[in-house]
Amino acid sequence: MRTQAAYETVDMMLNMGPQHPATHGVFRMVLTVDGERVVDVTPHIGYLHRGSEKLAEHESYGQVVTLFDRLDYVSNLNNELIFCRAAERLMGVEPPERAQYIRTILAELNRLASHLLFIGTYAIDLGGMTPIMYGFRERERIQNLFESVTGARMMHNFIRIGGVKEDAPPGFAPRVRALLDDAERGVAEIDRLLTFNEVFLARTRGVGVIDAPSALSCGLTGPSLRASGVAYDVRKDYPYEVYPYLSYKVPVGENGDCWDRYYMRVLECYESVSMVRQCLDQMEDGPVMAQMRRIARPPKGEVYVHGENPRGDIGVFLVSDGTDKPYRVKVRPPSFCNLVALRPMMRGAYIADAVAILGSLDIVLGEVDR
Amino acid sequence: MKSRPVQLLIALVMAGALAGLLALFALALALLGDPGDAVTPLTAGRLALALLALLTLVTMLGVSLVWLERKQLGRMQGRVGPTRVGPFGLLQPIADAIKLVTKEDVSPGASSKAIFYAAPILVFVPSFVVWLTIPLSRDLVVRNLDLGVFFFIAVSVLGIVGLILAGWSSNSKYAILGGFRSAAQLVSYEIPLILGALSVVMLAGSMRFTDVVDAQASVPYIALAPLAFAVFFIAGLAEVGRTPFDIYFAESEVVGGPFVEYSGAHWAVFFLAEYVNTFVVAALGALLFLGGWTWPFGDLGQAAAVALFLGKTYLLAVVIFWVRATFPRLRIDQLMMVGWKALIPLGFVSVIAVAVQRFYEWPVWTLTLMSLAALGAAVAVQLRAQRSGAVATAKRYAQRAVAVEPSRRRERTQA
Repeated sequence: MRTQAAYETVDMMLNMGPQHPATHGVFRMVLTVDGERVVDVTPHIGYLHRGSEKLAEHESYGQVVTLFDRLDYVSNLNNELIFCRAAERLMGVEPPERAQYIRTILAELNRLASHLLFIGTYAIDLGGMTPIMYGFRERERIQNLFESVTGARMMHNFIRIGGVKEDAPPGFAPRVRALLDDAERGVAEIDRLLTFNEVFLARTRGVGVIDAPSALSCGLTGPSLRASGVAYDVRKDYPYEVYPYLSYKVPVGENGDCWDRYYMRVLECYESVSMVRQCLDQMEDGPVMAQMRRIARPPKGEVYVHGENPRGDIGVFLVSDGTDKPYRVKVRPPSFCNLVALRPMMRGAYIADAVAILGSLDIVLGEVDR
Repeated sequence: MKSRPVQLLIALVMAGALAGLLALFALALALLGDPGDAVTPLTAGRLALALLALLTLVTMLGVSLVWLERKQLGRMQGRVGPTRVGPFGLLQPIADAIKLVTKEDVSPGASSKAIFYAAPILVFVPSFVVWLTIPLSRDLVVRNLDLGVFFFIAVSVLGIVGLILAGWSSNSKYAILGGFRSAAQLVSYEIPLILGALSVVMLAGSMRFTDVVDAQASVPYIALAPLAFAVFFIAGLAEVGRTPFDIYFAESEVVGGPFVEYSGAHWAVFFLAEYVNTFVVAALGALLFLGGWTWPFGDLGQAAAVALFLGKTYLLAVVIFWVRATFPRLRIDQLMMVGWKALIPLGFVSVIAVAVQRFYEWPVWTLTLMSLAALGAAVAVQLRAQRSGAVATAKRYAQRAVAVEPSRRRERTQA
């Protein structure tokens, strides 16, 4: 005679990552699963830790920019911008207006490229193969533009303290305009294919829901926070560069589910296109580098500067001891902070939902582990 | 880089080789004749010849689907697909096969070796055995069984055993998850598949494939029973694990499911079985619903009939790959919901509609009407439940977005 205990089931530990197609790099989740249900999740990070913050203490200010390139490696120019703004604030330098326009254009284009990558990889996470091809087609053109402007496709080192490395190449504005038209069409194409796809809706609507108070207390920022209904955008609330000159919309969601987080990014793509167009209209000729010493040597002091990255609110805390090297560089990486919300969102979901939820947070491991 | 005419020539030679295989198969069948019940060495030898020809043919047809899928997906995704190996990349699947066969064949140390290596065979054999009764034309069939449709359903379901054993014997958590998923999925979707086929069987009044096809000489059954076709086709997609039902080997979740620990030639057998199964479902769709080798404009010659049947089959395969290029993957509970709450009731509706039409001897167009009404109602309910809500939400978000106006005015310094 078998007892009740003979039929009792035991939860299974399922190790997902660091080598798993859905973890977007070297992220590792240890899922406790009851059949197909996730009971608990323990995230493990650190597989891509390079000690960037410590390394920065041994580089001159100009060289630290290259380290910031390697944090969030799909929105490099946004990262460069945040460090350069911090150093400029410390030194009291104001970059010339043309430089600010070029920076804003590049940052918004990089946001567009990053969101295109997100949409594509998110579709892959959910089993759709086509959107990533469409996304990469447009992203590739943006990368080509970056290459012609900065000389590199990924590690640009183009935004410098006090301005940008050099002026935009001849024919920059018409080329960007042509690119924007195509990118807008490309985004619309993916939008039509994926956004209201019945299977996509079934997989993302009502999955991984997080309400506004919990999202705030978890420290979510960026599109992931706005999806929960909090209209917080650093560009809007603490404007920097030439954002005060632009008119744009900040999309805000209601439900805070995976579909909202995805759709916020789609809408932001359209906004980025419109912002770059306004920048091109307003931009005028002029110098692109402020008058300053060749070697940056900020006075003693400390500063915290933050800005809106594609993934959320990135912040840099910079301490100077008066030498040509920073005393301390602390980064507030949005991907890392957004990961806090992983556990409350995943509990009780299916294994397939775990993939959808992780994908909807759009983490980049270079930034999580630094 | 070879010139265009040379490429075309090679492609022609390959088409000729495929036609030759077909002819060989036909010859083997003709030699076989009707052996009756007596098994003599001669009939056994002829049967072996026919089976060998069939195996080669089925393998080639499966391989052709690999090429078709890669090429079609490429075109649909703004790429060109394989172009390097052979004309139009036609030899790419062969190159892939050589690569897989020459790879090292590793197995997990803790796996149950005997079951682990038997599983690929258990998956492939049913997908091949069903071909014994699938006719390529009226005479081109190994055994024209009276219970052809029944035989197909009975044999094709056996492949599940291989999948579960593969998942179980791998001793890997992802593999066992995939094995469980495949068991749940394939068993559930067998029922709507049967119901879809049953509607056709009731219409034709026979389970023999040739009878079913002959009954469609004037009007193919897709025109009479679109509902049955939809149920059969969707369930067929799930049976062979094509997107959006590729849950049991979902790459981004269970990393290949039951196949995760397989490599080299053993993995290649799974891969081949998958494509042969896809071809079987497409062929079944063509036989049961598209009229097989017949068309409404009179009789065709043997070669033209086979070509027409293969054309219809490839058309359905193109639709299957098209679906793959369009849809993401369902979740396991949604998969079960689609199966049990949508397809099975719709399958019963289809069977009942056919029964009512047959019993009261209403004109056939009433059956089309009933089918379309049920199908339309299902689609409308689905759209209403899911899509319209999302579209409304999206509209609201576009309106609700916080507009930011320039806080500073900028003076233009130049004209």
